[in-house]
Amino acid sequence: MSERVFRVWRGSGEGGLAEYRVEVNEGEVVLDVLHRLQATQTPDLAVRWNCKAGKCGSCSVEINGRPRLSCMTRMSVFDEDEVVTVTPMRTFPVIRDLVCDVSYNYRKAMEIPSFAPDPKAEPGDFRMAQVDVERSQEFRKCIECFLCNNVCHVIRDHEENKEHFSGPRFLMRVAELEMHPEDTADRRAIAQDEFGLGYCNITKCCTEVCPEGIHITDNALIPMKERVADRKYDPLVWLGSKIGVRPKDTPIVPNVRPTADRTRTDG
Amino acid sequence: MPPTADTGITRYTYDVVVIGAGGAGLRAAIAAREQGKRTAVISKSLFGKAHTVMAEGGAAAALGNANPSDAWPVHFRDTIRGGKFLNDPRMAELHAREAPERILELEHWGALFDRTADGRISQRNFGGHEYPRLAHVGDRTGLEMIRTLQQRIVALQQADAAELGDPEARLRVFAETAVTELVTDGGRIAGAFGYRRADGGFVVFEAPAVVLATGGIGKAFRTTSNSWEYTGDGHALALRAGASLINMEFVQFHPTGMVWPPSVKGILVTESVRGDGGVLRNSEGRRFMFDYVPDVFRSQYAETESEADGWYDDPANHRRPPELLPRDEVARAINNEVKEGRGSPHGGVFLDVSTRLPAEEIRRRLPSMHHQFKELADVDITAEPMEVGPTCHYVMGGVRVDADTAASDVPGLYAAGEVAGGMHGSNRLGGNSLSDLLVFGRRAGLAAAAYADGPGRGAVAGEAVDRVAAASARYALEFLKQGGGENPYTLHAELQDTMNDLVGIIRRGPEMAEAIARLDSLGERSSVLSAPGDRVYNPGWHLALALPNMILVSRAITAAALEREESRGGHTRDDFPAMSAEWRRVNLEVRADRADRVTLARRPVADIPAALLALFEREELSKYLTEEELPGQDGADAAGGAHPADETAGGAAEEDGS
Amino acid sequence: MTPDDSARTGAVRARIPRRTLRTDRWWLGPVLTTAGLAAFVVYATFRVFQQDHYWVAEHHYLTPFYSPCLAQQCAPEAALFGRLPVEFPPLVPYALLSLPFLLLFRVTCYYYRKAYYRSIWQAPTACAVREPHSRYTGETRPLMLPQNGHRYFFYVALAITLVNTWDTAVAFFHGTDGGFGIGLGNLVMVVNVLMLWGYTLSCHSCRHIMGGRLRSFGRHPVRYWMWSRVSTLNDRHMYFGWFSIASLMATDAYVALMASGTITDLRILN
Repeated sequence: MSERVFRVWRGSGEGGLAEYRVEVNEGEVVLDVLHRLQATQTPDLAVRWNCKAGKCGSCSVEINGRPRLSCMTRMSVFDEDEVVTVTPMRTFPVIRDLVCDVSYNYRKAMEIPSFAPDPKAEPGDFRMAQVDVERSQEFRKCIECFLCNNVCHVIRDHEENKEHFSGPRFLMRVAELEMHPEDTADRRAIAQDEFGLGYCNITKCCTEVCPEGIHITDNALIPMKERVADRKYDPLVWLGSKIGVRPKDTPIVPNVRPTADRTRTDG
Repeated sequence: MPPTADTGITRYTYDVVVIGAGGAGLRAAIAAREQGKRTAVISKSLFGKAHTVMAEGGAAAALGNANPSDAWPVHFRDTIRGGKFLNDPRMAELHAREAPERILELEHWGALFDRTADGRISQRNFGGHEYPRLAHVGDRTGLEMIRTLQQRIVALQQADAAELGDPEARLRVFAETAVTELVTDGGRIAGAFGYRRADGGFVVFEAPAVVLATGGIGKAFRTTSNSWEYTGDGHALALRAGASLINMEFVQFHPTGMVWPPSVKGILVTESVRGDGGVLRNSEGRRFMFDYVPDVFRSQYAETESEADGWYDDPANHRRPPELLPRDEVARAINNEVKEGRGSPHGGVFLDVSTRLPAEEIRRRLPSMHHQFKELADVDITAEPMEVGPTCHYVMGGVRVDADTAASDVPGLYAAGEVAGGMHGSNRLGGNSLSDLLVFGRRAGLAAAAYADGPGRGAVAGEAVDRVAAASARYALEFLKQGGGENPYTLHAELQDTMNDLVGIIRRGPEMAEAIARLDSLGERSSVLSAPGDRVYNPGWHLALALPNMILVSRAITAAALEREESRGGHTRDDFPAMSAEWRRVNLEVRADRADRVTLARRPVADIPAALLALFEREELSKYLTEEELPGQDGADAAGGAHPADETAGGAAEEDGS
Repeated sequence: MTPDDSARTGAVRARIPRRTLRTDRWWLGPVLTTAGLAAFVVYATFRVFQQDHYWVAEHHYLTPFYSPCLAQQCAPEAALFGRLPVEFPPLVPYALLSLPFLLLFRVTCYYYRKAYYRSIWQAPTACAVREPHSRYTGETRPLMLPQNGHRYFFYVALAITLVNTWDTAVAFFHGTDGGFGIGLGNLVMVVNVLMLWGYTLSCHSCRHIMGGRLRSFGRHPVRYWMWSRVSTLNDRHMYFGWFSIASLMATDAYVALMASGTITDLRILN
C-alpha cells in the first residue's frame, strides 16, 4: 500500500485538472483508484465503466496522455513517485469529468450498409470454413471502446473532418463486412467516398492503442484501401465502366446522415 | 442541465418498452419491431455494453454439428438434471427446442461462430452438457452475440430510415437511461419512469407493454463476476408493480473466478477452460473433484484420471471428467477444499490448463483468458496454473412468467433472460443463459407486441403516468438535497458484506436471520442517502437510486433461502444438507408490499409431462422425486428408445413459433 | 436534434492547451526515422548521380543502384540487359529505367507512408500528440491519388528484383581464376537480394493480389496458402523496409570501395 498523486480532469470541457492523494494497493488498476476516489473523497466523480475486465470497452480515458482502458492499466506500470494524470478522451465532447459523449460513433455505425446475405439463403444454409471467418472474426473482437477513433489524428486534431470520416472503428466494420464470405454487398466505393477511407494516412495509431490487439491498419484499413484501388483506381475497371460493365456499388443508407436540424455540435 | 429543483419530464409514447439492452432485451425489441410495433429499448449503459458481453463460453443449442446424437430432448434432459428437477418443464422444453433456430438466425444476421471442418457452427463441451453443444467464438461468445443483435437493430433502423425517413421511427435505443419505476393503472402496465444518466433529466414512457430484461442481482454480493449494472432493477420493479418472483434463493456461484489480486477478485474465468481440458487441483496437487461426485451423478462421471482424460478425445467410450460437473457442485467442492486448508496461497484452488494443452492451442482457444491473466495478474496461463475460487455469477430466481409468452402476473408486464425465473430451476448449466436470452427474449417481444394490439391498449392512462412520474421525480431529487445523509458507497459495501458473509455459498439459518435484521436496518438507512453534486452524470446519485433495489432483492433472496430447508443447486444449507423430494415440489414465491417488505408463498412446481419424464431412467428419477410422482415401471422402460418426446410433447412450439 | 438531447448541446471537448500529456519520449521514433531516411536519401542521391565506381569488372559485382545499367557509357559487361544507343549526360542515372519505379515503390509503400507522414509531414508526429497543421485532407486530394497505384509499382519492383537476382547470380561465375567463386562481395549481394525479395514480397499490395482480395479462402486453397505466407512476411514489412535500404547502401558502398580500389575483395573460394 502506498499513497500516490492523481490528477483527474473535473468538470465539463471547460474544466481542469484536480489533484488528489489516494491510497493504492498491490495489483490495482487505475479504475480501482478512481473508484476509491469516488468512495472516499469525491462521490460524484463521473467515470464510465461496466465490466472491469477489458471486455466491454466502457472505461476509455487518457492516462498520462495515452489513450487506454482504465480497467486494464495496472498501477505497477507507473513509477512509485510518478504523478498519474487522467483525462477524458480528447476527440469527443465531455459530459462531465472523465465521461465523454461518444454519440459520434453510433451515428457513424448507422451509416454503414448492414450485412447483406443472399436473399435466397435461409438461416442454417451457410457453410463457411474456419479460414473464411477468421479475418472478420479478428475485427469482431472489437469491444467498441472507441480509443482508435479517439486517437486518430484525422478527427482528433480536425473537428471538421468528423463529418466526412467514420474513423478506424467503422472503416474496420466495412472491412469486416467486405470480408464476410456470405455478404453480397459492395461497399468499396462508399468506403472511399462516404466514409472517408482516403483520409486515413495509415499512421497506425489506431493499432497502437487497440486494447484487443487488433491489427486494424494492416488487416483492415490497408486491405480496404487495396480493395478500393481495385474498384476505383484500376484501369481495367475504369475501361469496363466506360463500355457499360458497371460495378454494382451499394449506396449509402438513406436518411441516416444528420440533416441540419439534427446535427449536434461536437465541440 | 436541469437544475436540482426542475422536475421537467420528457414524455414518450411507445407500443412496447423494453427495459434492458442485453441479449434478451435486444432480441425482444427486434421481435416487437418486426411485428411493426413502435419499440423503445432502454439501456443503463451505452448501447452494446450490456452484461451479455462478458459471457465467454458459448450458447447451448442442440444443433448436433459436433455430435449427431445430440437433439433437443437430450438438451432438455441435461437442463433438468442441472436444475435438479426444479425447472419449469415447459420453459426447459421450449428452450431446448428453439435454441438451434435462434443460433442459426444469429448467424444469418452476420454472427461469425467458430466452424467445424465441414463449415458448420462448431460446438464445445461444457459442464453438465452430455454432448459438445456450445456454439462459440473463442471465449468471447457474448460479445459476438450482443454485437450481432446490436447490428441487427441498426439494420432495422436503416430499413425504417429508408421507408419512413427516420431511423428511430419504430425502434429507438435510449442509451444510459435507467428506469426507476413502472407505472400501473388499474393493475395493468401503463408505462415506465426513469432518468438519463448523462444529464439527470427525467423521462417517462407511456406504453401498454413493458418487457423486463434487466439481468441479475450480483452487485448485492461482494465477490461477483457481475458489473455495476447488476443491481436487481428488474426484480425490484416487478415486485413493486405487483408481480411475483420465484426461486430467489437460488444464486449461482461460478466455481472459477479470479482470486488475486484483490482488485480483480471475482472476475470470471470461463468454464471453457475446463471444457477444453483444464483440471482443478488443490495445494497437494490432487485432482480433488473425483472426491466430490454426488450420488445423483455418479454413473455419468469418470472415477479415474485416465478415464477422465480419455473422454476429451473419445467421449463415446469414456465418462466425463468430474471437473465438468454442474457449477453448483464444483463451487461447493472448491469452497470445501479451501475451508479444509488445501487451498492455494490466495484462498482459491489451482486451475491448470498449462500442462494439458500446447501453449499455442491455449492462446487460440482461450485468448481472452490468456490476456486477462497476463494483464491483470501477471500469470501466463500457458505456463502456470491459475488460482480460482467461487464468485457470485447468476441468479436463477426471477419474475414468475408464463413459459410460452414470458408474461408475468401483471397484465402488460413481461420478463426474459436472467430477470425471469423458472427456466433454470435450482442451478443453471453453463451455456444455457445465452440461448435462454434468445429464446425467451424473442417470445417476450412477440407476446408484448400481441398484447399491445389488444382492445383498449392504445388509450393513454395520462393521469396515472403523470402522478407516478411526479412522485418518482420528487423522490429521486431528495437524495441530492439531503446533505448530511449516509454515503451510498459505504452502505453498498455493507450490503455486499452482509450478503456475501451471511447468505453466500453455504448458508445457515441463524446467519440468515441476522441478515434479515441487517437488511431491515440498511433499508431504513437507504432512505436517508446523500449524494453530493448535481444531476449531470453523478454516480453517487445513481448508486443511491439503485441501492433500494438491491436491498429489496436481497430481502427476497434471504427470506426464500431461510424458508427452504434443504440443499439443492444454488442453495446450500449447512443445517439442512440433504436434498428433499418434498421440497422439490415447491417453488417459493416472493411478493412485496409498498414498504418493500417481502412475503413468501408456496407454489407447486409444474409436473414434467410423462413423455418427457420418460427420457430419464427410473433409477435416476427416484433420487429426485417422491414415490408417488414416479412413473410406473413400464414408463421407465419405454425411455430406452430415442426421443419419444418429439411426437408426444411437441407441437406447441410450432404453433406459436412464427 | 431531438429535444431530450439538450444536455449534450454545447458540450465541448476537454480544453487541454498542451500539445500532449504524454510523459514518455514520443519524439524519439520520428527523430530516428527522419535520420534514417535522410541518411539514405543523401547517400543514394550522391551515388546515383556520380556515374562512377559502380562496377567491379574482375568479379562482375554491379551495385544495385546501377542495375540494370542502360547508358551507353556503361561497361559493356555490366550491362547485362543491353545498352541504349545514347550517352547519358552528366547527373543522369545509368539505371534510368529502374530507379524511378523503385523510388515510387517505396514512396507509395504503406510502411514508408506511415514513416514519412509521421516523421517528416508530422501528421501526426506521434500518437495522441497534436499535429501542427490547421487543415488535413489525408490522401483524398488529386495530388495524393498516385498512392493508390502502389500495386503497379509493385509489379515493376518485382521485375527489377529479378534483375538484381540475375546480377547476383552472374557474379558467382566470375571467380578470381574464372569459373565459380565466392567472395565477401557475393555474400553481401546475396544478403541484399534476399532483403529485396523480403521487402518486395511482404508488400501489402502483394498480399492483396495473392489472396487478400478474395471473400472466401475456403474455395481457393492455393491462394489462401500464398496469402498466408505473404501475411507472415507482411508482419515484418517494416523490418524488411529498413534492412533492405541498409543492405542496399552496404552493397553499394562495398562495390564502390572495391571499384575505386580502396579495398580488395575478401575471397572465400576462388
